[in-house]
Amino acid sequence: MSITDMTAVEVAAAIRAGKMTAVEAAEAMLARIEEQDKRYNCYVTVDRAGALAQAREVQAKIRAGELTGPLAGVPVAVKDNMCTEGLLTTCSSKILGNFVPAYTAEAVLKLKEAGAVILGKTNMDEFAMGSTTETSAYGVTRNPWNTGHVPGGSSGGSAAAVAAGECCYALGSDTGGSIRQPASYCGVVGMKPTYGTVSRYGLIAYGSSLDQIGPLTKDVTDCAAVLEAIASHDEKDSTSVERQDTDFTSALVEDVKGMRIGIPNDYLGDGLDEEVKAAVLKAAADLEGKGAVVERFDLSLVEYAIPTYYTIAAAEASSNLERFDGIKYGYRTEAYAGLHSMYKKSRSEGFGEEVKRRIMLGSFVLSSGYYDAYYLKALRVKALIKKAFDEAFAKYDVILGPVAPTTAPELGYSLLDPIRMYLGDIYTIAVNLAGLPGISLPCGIDKNGLPIGLQLIGDCFQEKKLIQTAYTYERLRGGFPSGKDQEINSPEPDEKEECRHE
Amino acid sequence: MSKMLQDELSNYETVIGLEVHVELATKTKIFCGCSTAFGAEPNTQTCPVCTGMPGSLPVLNKQVLEYAIAVGLATDCEITRYAKFDRKNYFYPDNPQNYQISQLYLPICRNGGVEIETEEGGVKTVGIHEIHMEEDAGKLIHDEWEDCSLVDYNRSGVPLIEIVSEPDMRSAEEVIAYLEKLRLIIQYLGASDCKLQEGSMRADVNLSVRKTGAAQFGTRTEMKNLNSFKAIARAIAGETKRQIDLIESGEKVIQETRRWDDTKGESYAMRSKEDAQDYRYFPDPDLVPVAVSEEMLEQIRAKQPEFRNEKMKRYKEEFDIPDYDIEIITGSKHMADLFEAATAICGQPKKVSNWLMGETMRLMKEKETDAQDLSFSPENLAKLIGLADAKVINGSVAKEVFEVMFEEDIDPEQYVEEKGLRTVNDEGALRKTIAEVIAANPRSVEDYRNGKEKAIGFLVGQTMKAMKGKADPGAVNQILREECRK
Repeated sequence: MSITDMTAVEVAAAIRAGKMTAVEAAEAMLARIEEQDKRYNCYVTVDRAGALAQAREVQAKIRAGELTGPLAGVPVAVKDNMCTEGLLTTCSSKILGNFVPAYTAEAVLKLKEAGAVILGKTNMDEFAMGSTTETSAYGVTRNPWNTGHVPGGSSGGSAAAVAAGECCYALGSDTGGSIRQPASYCGVVGMKPTYGTVSRYGLIAYGSSLDQIGPLTKDVTDCAAVLEAIASHDEKDSTSVERQDTDFTSALVEDVKGMRIGIPNDYLGDGLDEEVKAAVLKAAADLEGKGAVVERFDLSLVEYAIPTYYTIAAAEASSNLERFDGIKYGYRTEAYAGLHSMYKKSRSEGFGEEVKRRIMLGSFVLSSGYYDAYYLKALRVKALIKKAFDEAFAKYDVILGPVAPTTAPELGYSLLDPIRMYLGDIYTIAVNLAGLPGISLPCGIDKNGLPIGLQLIGDCFQEKKLIQTAYTYERLRGGFPSGKDQEINSPEPDEKEECRHE
Repeated sequence: MSKMLQDELSNYETVIGLEVHVELATKTKIFCGCSTAFGAEPNTQTCPVCTGMPGSLPVLNKQVLEYAIAVGLATDCEITRYAKFDRKNYFYPDNPQNYQISQLYLPICRNGGVEIETEEGGVKTVGIHEIHMEEDAGKLIHDEWEDCSLVDYNRSGVPLIEIVSEPDMRSAEEVIAYLEKLRLIIQYLGASDCKLQEGSMRADVNLSVRKTGAAQFGTRTEMKNLNSFKAIARAIAGETKRQIDLIESGEKVIQETRRWDDTKGESYAMRSKEDAQDYRYFPDPDLVPVAVSEEMLEQIRAKQPEFRNEKMKRYKEEFDIPDYDIEIITGSKHMADLFEAATAICGQPKKVSNWLMGETMRLMKEKETDAQDLSFSPENLAKLIGLADAKVINGSVAKEVFEVMFEEDIDPEQYVEEKGLRTVNDEGALRKTIAEVIAANPRSVEDYRNGKEKAIGFLVGQTMKAMKGKADPGAVNQILREECRK
């Protein structure tokens, strides 16, 4: 079997068994990227030399018996909003086009400790603002299932890289669905952990109270292994939580007997594509067949999730992005007259449309006289949404529903109407507002040959229930095709923006 | 002052409130582990957090919280049991994130006050509206030659508390009494050295005037850049007059921030309310709310030091020294610490007090030293007292040694040995010198014999001079009198 067909855990096992070396694994992945990333544009930066150097180092440690974990030696891709020391970190923005961090994000350090080999940095919506990876300053990423479609976003580069076999697994970040939705569009597994489970130190903030790093993997087993590696209590992140139950791989058990699963009627209403609905309900029926107790219920408040999210996330973003001013690092305009003009021009030229739209929205909802009416009200609604979930979890172990209303839209479709793009986040956003864990895994393929995602949502700190349910479903479902096998279906891209940094 | 101006001033009342920033004496910054030490090379005490690098996150230094609560307790504030940090958003290069982490909605302390003595000898309470914690900004250095500005982020993230008073003060004297009181409390707590000149204590003055007896406050201005008590007093006088003049000439006071230029003795407008920024305050999502437990409050209460009033009371009971001395000594925490430590070693409060009240005060005045900057140790002061008591050195040598100690904190025992300052107790040598002095000054001897008591002073002086100061003046006096009478 080719390494590009193997899961992360399988690759690590092969390396441990001496059937393959970490260097060979990295080389195979780099060759794959070389060969086809022009087509998909998953990566903003490929760190060939760094990856090979890490691979050699890791291989030596594996041989010496110092690294024995389930991910040792496995090549990984990291979303370009996580700081990597000495390696360009752009957030897919022009304003950070030359930014090389002096330190590495805690989650990436955790992966390195586990023996990961970092191949490079993946493309994303600029500053994670977008649901299609089309707002990147470095060109769109194409969906490996069909290059005429988007991979989703904002972690589109990470999801597409996993689907296209350009890495064994990837890290993404999820503020309003940015891991789960691209996982769904690309037919891979993606998980957003409970807020506070993975350190945000070194993750370039979008909406600080919502951001959470998580894995994008080929299957649920990899997902559990990666989450286990990156979950940590970090004293450098005040919002990090100390948990004892991070042995997530122990939940890889095929059993849902008596598991109480609730399906919110609100998640099956208007706007949901019939094929997606059918696939999701089929998955629920499969789980029921294995002994789960499945029920429909009314979650309520779902319609308020989107305005609440865009108020809070934009408010936080407007402040978080103030530091990008052209003074200390990043893009600075060429000609300016005085400080104010330098700020204004650097930021006007450095940020893209969607980022500017959200900065303006966020500045507005925080401004004097509007704070109570918008920001404070949004915080109150957020608390009510959390309460609605609390009530639901008093009755259910897991909430089941779709990830997105449709499968991956065509390139360009969402950009025409930002509101339509925002509405696409309806099923994922409430999870972030309530700080809950959520997992997305493939549950079908639509008539256009695009994958459909199933979302499972758990109560805070109940990742294990999600993993167990997802794992059981995955076994029931059987093998799922990989995006890279669909290449034959994809038309050649018309043009390819040259944007790669080396 | 002309009669007219006097009348004009007496028709008005000045209303003053203060915003006092105090730099806390923590070893590390408020949200990262960088050192707060003053005077390091630019940008050597920095990290991703205090330079606002992407992805970095703040973590609250517990010591900052403890100091803020301690100051709040000492100023009768209510302590907020569930406090939060907020972001104050504004663009400026000394502010690396372009927002300052401060507290607006739920500050750590509220509704306190301190008592001050008024000029009339009464007692008045100045209310404290709130005390909040925040981070300091970096320092901008404008290089005129290179036509550029440089930023030093060493100060970025140094912890501050801002103490906001109620508009309860009515004169410069009250303002200074309030500031002195605050400074003393904070110094006693060890929370800051509170030096105005060095900027570890900064006061902004909010001032308005109104016709005496008026119910409404007038329009206020805020004055910045006040680096000494004297500058504050001058700025208050200047601003009061400026506002009264405006009103008297039919103009209006504009709500604005003004910068005081102490050398010119005038202020000028920095920005008016119209171009005041909207800081878009909101709770900082990177920091969790600060929950103050009863246990934590108890611990801080238990650690509160003995404040000045309690100390004065105790001194009166324990030590036989004048009330005036007690007032001066307890007027500085450092001086009181010196007094107590030296007394504990030598057991002679009176003598320790005399050194502090006499020579120390004299040298402080001469060398313009603040009490808190006194650098000699209580051990050395006790040793010096011991040397003088044992008559190893005489009084004038002791003063000489003290002056060196004041400057360099030398060990007086070692110094006396090294410099050979011991009093000569060899009576034979002394009598020999006295015989020579008597022989050389027959006129003075004659005068003394004829009842001119003053003449003996001259002869003592001559003898001490011949002995290079190292004789015991008492012994010299006694032997001289004996010899002259012979």
